[in-house]
Amino acid sequence: MKRIVELIINGEPRDMTVDSCRSLLDALRDDVGLTGTKKGCDVGDCGACTVIVDGEPVNACLMLAVEAEGRTVETIEGLQPGVDVLHPLQDAFMRYGASQCGFCTPGILMMAKKLLDDNPRPTDEDIRFGLSGNICRCTGYTKIFDAIKAAAIEMEAARS
Amino acid sequence: MRRFEYHRADTLEQASRLLTDLGDDTFLFNGGTDLLVEIRERLRRVRHVVDIKQIPGLSDITYDETRGLTFGALVTVGRLENLALVRQRYPNLRAAFASLGSIQVRNRATVVGNVCRASPSADTIPPLIADGAFIHIYSRTNMRVVPLAEFFTGPGKTVLAKGEIVTGITVPPAGDNAGKAYLKHGRRKAMELSTVGVAVSLTMEDGLCNDIRIALGAVGATVLRAPEAEAMLRGTALDAVTVKNAADKAMEECTPISNVRASADYRRDMVGVLTGRAIKQALEAFA
Ligand SMILES: Cc1cc2nc3c(=O)[nH]c(=O)nc-3n(C[C@@H](O)[C@@H](O)[C@H](O)COP(=O)(O)OP(=O)(O)OC[C@H]3O[C@@H](n4cnc5c(N)ncnc54)[C@H](O)[C@@H]3O)c2cc1C
Ligand code: FES
Ligand code: FES
Repeated sequence: MKRIVELIINGEPRDMTVDSCRSLLDALRDDVGLTGTKKGCDVGDCGACTVIVDGEPVNACLMLAVEAEGRTVETIEGLQPGVDVLHPLQDAFMRYGASQCGFCTPGILMMAKKLLDDNPRPTDEDIRFGLSGNICRCTGYTKIFDAIKAAAIEMEAARS
Repeated sequence: MRRFEYHRADTLEQASRLLTDLGDDTFLFNGGTDLLVEIRERLRRVRHVVDIKQIPGLSDITYDETRGLTFGALVTVGRLENLALVRQRYPNLRAAFASLGSIQVRNRATVVGNVCRASPSADTIPPLIADGAFIHIYSRTNMRVVPLAEFFTGPGKTVLAKGEIVTGITVPPAGDNAGKAYLKHGRRKAMELSTVGVAVSLTMEDGLCNDIRIALGAVGATVLRAPEAEAMLRGTALDAVTVKNAADKAMEECTPISNVRASADYRRDMVGVLTGRAIKQALEAFA
């Protein structure tokens, strides 16, 4: 059965017409056309599909689109504060080479954003714990950690 | 993904009726972290899911000194994990919650769903059993409260009859004389199911062990108690020799199988090691 789901995606009210067994991930990618969010495993293991729903990061592959009714969804497409302006995390990821094939990057950026929003000065252990649901097969994580730490410092400086 | 119909229940009674009326391949849909994976990997045949997340009154968390900690069926692992009360009073539960999947998974997965899936390796079950938790069951005819230790009848199987719904779990209060631990053993630290999980909850009085419960995960068809090992420990000072003998007994009491994660022999050995370690860790509360 098809259902109409009204929700807010990256600050904009939207509606999507979806099959009730469709995942939020498939709906975002194929129905709404927001293909920044990636599908790595489709079973919750890799974190590539991480989006933020009502302020909490979740795996979009493990949520039904119909469950997003009335909710606020943030995806990688909404991370940029403006046209041609990158989020400090995106900027740091580019400078540090924290993205290689890039498949894990949208999920990691969303997770890192949530981490820094809650905890502006994370320790290495905090970052490790925060990203334990995001798998990267390319970078070995070191550059990702470096980029997140650099972005944290820049964001802190920008606030003060 | 295999096709299924989605239903949203507004009350327990409606959810219960849908479960009985829609036929055998109908399942309650809570956080969906087990159900959606099982549907996608074709491990479970599902025609209908009944979402219970709109039902009022199932999201509360309460604590009082006589009844203890009660949480509703919709309470996520992540919410409980981050509660100061859980960190302070139930370090065993906190350890189990923080080790389950990832932050993303824990934001969706419920503790009640973890319990109802009835996997022998489910991380929340051993510490809940060691703590003597009770499970609240809604039924249209026969509401009941069951000790969690009596809830499981086999892997994936529980005492729930068709149309019954778990509404919440109560964990008895944690006294000042209580020590608790849960140790999860896997091949890696994060995003890993338990190879073996050992929970110990004990109380001490005048330097002697008043009571102790040991619950063993992933080494039997359900999470197991180790009653003989427990009996060897009660009334003792939990000295190293007694603990070692009891840990050896726990190895005899478990019934592990070999699978992709580990051999039966390895699991049995780890029960011995982890039981000793968990008792030691539980005793750190008194140090
Ligand atoms: C990537 C990943 C990693 C994971 N890692 C771990 C781990 O390390 N340790 C671990 O223990 N688990 C792990 N899990 C499984 C864990 O997420 C689930 O067991 C979860 O806790 C189930 O809760 P849920 O709310 O998502 O349940 P659902 O998937 O909605 O339901 C699970 C089952 O319980 C039934 N059910 C749900 N609510 C009720 C109710 N109120 N009354 C009666 N029956 C009910 C459902 O019908 C279904 O059969 C992992 C899962 C994923 C996807
Ligand atoms: S695609 Fe969702 S976790 Fe891998
Ligand atoms: S950059 Fe390729 S998976 Fe992370």
